[in-house]
Amino acid sequence: MKKMLALALLAAVLPVFPASVAQAKDKEEVVVYNWGEYMDPDVIADFEKETGIKVVYEEFETNEIMYPKVAAGAAQYDLICPSDYMISKMLANDMLQPINFDHIPNYANIDEKYIEQSKGFDPENKYSIPYCWGTVGILYNTTMVDDPVDSWEILWNEKYADDILMQDSVRDAFMIPEKMLGYDINTVNEDEIAAAAQLLMDQKPLVQAYVIDQVRDKMIGEEAALGVIYSGEAIYTQRENENLEYVIPKEGTNVWIDSWVIPKNAKNVENAEKFLDFLCRGDIALRNFDYITYSTPNKAARELIEDEEIRESTIAFPTEEMLANSQVFVYIGEEGDALYNEYWDKVKSY
Amino acid sequence: MKKFLSRLYLAFIFILLYAPIAVLIIFSFNNSKTRAKWGGWTLKWYFAMFRDQAIMSALRNTLTIAVLSALISTLLGLTAAISLNAMKKNRRTVVLSALNIPMLNAEIVTGISLMLLFIAAGQLLSHMGLGVEFGFWTVLIGHITFNLPYTVLSILPKLRQINISTYEAALDLGASRFLAFRKVILPDIMPGVLSGFLLAFTLSLDDFVITHFVKGPGFDTLSTKIYTEVRKGIKPEMYALSTLIFASVLLLLLILNHLPGSEKKA
Amino acid sequence: MKKQKHVLLSGPYLFWTAAFIIIPLLMIVYYGLTDTSGAFTLSNIAQMGTPERLKALWLSLLLSLIATGICLVMAYPLALILTGTKVNATGFIVTIFIIPMWMNSLLRILAWQTLLERNGVINVALRFLHLPELRIINTPYAIALGMIYDFLPFMLLPIYNALEKIDQNVINAAYDLGANRFQTFWKVIFPLTVPGMISGITMVFVPALTTFVISDFLGGSKVLLIGNVIERQFTQVGDWNVGSGMSLVLMVFILISMAVMQHYDKSGGEQVVL
Repeated sequence: MKKMLALALLAAVLPVFPASVAQAKDKEEVVVYNWGEYMDPDVIADFEKETGIKVVYEEFETNEIMYPKVAAGAAQYDLICPSDYMISKMLANDMLQPINFDHIPNYANIDEKYIEQSKGFDPENKYSIPYCWGTVGILYNTTMVDDPVDSWEILWNEKYADDILMQDSVRDAFMIPEKMLGYDINTVNEDEIAAAAQLLMDQKPLVQAYVIDQVRDKMIGEEAALGVIYSGEAIYTQRENENLEYVIPKEGTNVWIDSWVIPKNAKNVENAEKFLDFLCRGDIALRNFDYITYSTPNKAARELIEDEEIRESTIAFPTEEMLANSQVFVYIGEEGDALYNEYWDKVKSY
Repeated sequence: MKKFLSRLYLAFIFILLYAPIAVLIIFSFNNSKTRAKWGGWTLKWYFAMFRDQAIMSALRNTLTIAVLSALISTLLGLTAAISLNAMKKNRRTVVLSALNIPMLNAEIVTGISLMLLFIAAGQLLSHMGLGVEFGFWTVLIGHITFNLPYTVLSILPKLRQINISTYEAALDLGASRFLAFRKVILPDIMPGVLSGFLLAFTLSLDDFVITHFVKGPGFDTLSTKIYTEVRKGIKPEMYALSTLIFASVLLLLLILNHLPGSEKKA
Repeated sequence: MKKQKHVLLSGPYLFWTAAFIIIPLLMIVYYGLTDTSGAFTLSNIAQMGTPERLKALWLSLLLSLIATGICLVMAYPLALILTGTKVNATGFIVTIFIIPMWMNSLLRILAWQTLLERNGVINVALRFLHLPELRIINTPYAIALGMIYDFLPFMLLPIYNALEKIDQNVINAAYDLGANRFQTFWKVIFPLTVPGMISGITMVFVPALTTFVISDFLGGSKVLLIGNVIERQFTQVGDWNVGSGMSLVLMVFILISMAVMQHYDKSGGEQVVL
């Protein structure tokens, strides 16, 4: 009996050994935590080939899903790509370490404009490197919508009941009614949040579904007429379905920047810097842009875009006038977060 | 008439159960990257999936975890069943109900409770300079834990049917304890052991909720991989792989059923 | 001597039960009853009392009860038909109903989305036949359908097992004593399958009550079930104390349903699962 048990246990443990031994061997690696579908897989493969550093790659769906995982310390990441307001939240909680820009010469490729904009969440530009940026707008199907689309109001038009896809992340969802009501999108005034929540509740019967990334497939498949979407997805969906059009509503919207940061508990800082430098290379940033179609703050990459239509696309690179009323999200503190979550729960279970 | 009705009913249930599977199989031949469009027939995803590192490593993880957790939980379950069988009824009821918790409790609660445990253990160990890394080991422990009640409950009833006097007779005749166990008891409980193993293997293969809470960065099983892909649209390679797995199981079952002498097995 | 050996054998799994089942549950109790500073509080439990969360809980209870009921009504005749088939390949027929479980369950539920969508498979077919369209995706109906689909085998198998175990002689005896078909079923067969039905009911009710995946995929995030609320607490809001407090409430509901079931289950707690 003992012999058999021992044998069985041995058989059980043996196949694991090579794996765990290989891990223990201090293999050079970098643990990256990024948005879903936010990097060309070939870029990762090329980096691994060039440097011999293994990229452990994990994806998240929203800033809110990413944060507790990092905060819990259950997982140690070397590089994370949160949005603006989440970066200031992480800074406020002392979770990030300054980046040594001497090790990242290609940082020079990043357009000054976006470095300047980053000061909204990283006042001294010490902790973050912009990766992608964009707007939130309405994607609509020209064969299904006959009214002019230039305002968020259309998402409350009963004509399009069950034809509307809304954003399923708290801040983006509240930003829309707040802009309609003329509030600051970073408001923590409970009356204003309650008013915005009321609008969302009024809208709920018209909404087909609350989605994040699924909006892409659903709009391509003509499941809905109107959808709230990130500008980067708009170019991709237009490639697949030419009836789709993207608009930044006149009330203004949220301009966001997703930037790379290195958390305090990162284990492979040097490798993270190497990876960052690699990502900032013009040709690599271009390949990522081609793959994910989100606007790049990398001026070297933009110059390399061959297709003029895309280089001058106002979806990828909107003009200053188009962004006149737009704002950047900032961190609104624990209490502000709690307030938004409370009202979001109310909307969701309305 | 009655026969017709029951045939009709069987057909209805059959369609209900297999319609989604048919959809998935058809998707695996769709020559378009998004499920929203039909782009004609293709076999390319069946080749592409072998080149997809992420899917292959998820497959490897899923199979390793399933085999190991099924094996370990069957062994643990066997020892548990033997000692439970020898216990007094009252004690047995207490131990059994503790053991049954993961089966009766909500998966989400089991997953969360294990996550809390691993985080707390990590904090405790960090004082000693050690850590708990979320990944292979935490997922394995999670899977063994939810498999355990199923293996025990498959083996225990078989054990209770055994006539203990045969075993004692073997001992009286000079057989060693081990020999007596192997020659007398094991063959009788083997069906229970095997079905426990298979059950554990299947459950582990398909688990999502518990893995979702105890997995770490870079460690994915097929289920967790699918869950993250859902938002952006499932990669067609994933449909191809699932179709392949499904077809192999079907084939295996067909062969088993047509093996001589196996008709009687339920 | 013999006893000692068995006590030794019980070591590993007793350790396992304590370390990975009991202690983790105690941790949920601890988190659920304390605040972030570790002081005792009941406020996490009280958090369940907000109208939004009560609504989610109520909807979960309702949907899981409906799904369990329909599963029972569908599975029982199916099990009867299956036991009635006198083909020697009964095992094979039963297997047919288990094979779908070998396709990843997330993918299978996702496939329902494709079937039910506005331009999905079912509606395209209905349109082709000039029939009215089916508009249930992103509603509680779709969630209930997903539950029934996903958990039906869990209801079928225990009932089938119970039916198969019934001694044909018992049924014959009933006929010999003058019972008609209905009486035989009602007085003899049905009572003998109660334990099977009870394990089926628990195996459908609990996962249906606590699911967050089915409501996520088929409810369009418009319908929040209690599983979603708890999952969100842990993975998005990051408040483990409140999340644990709500898990505790959920566990109370599961315990109550267990107790009710146990009350009707005469076999005494050792039900065979499959």
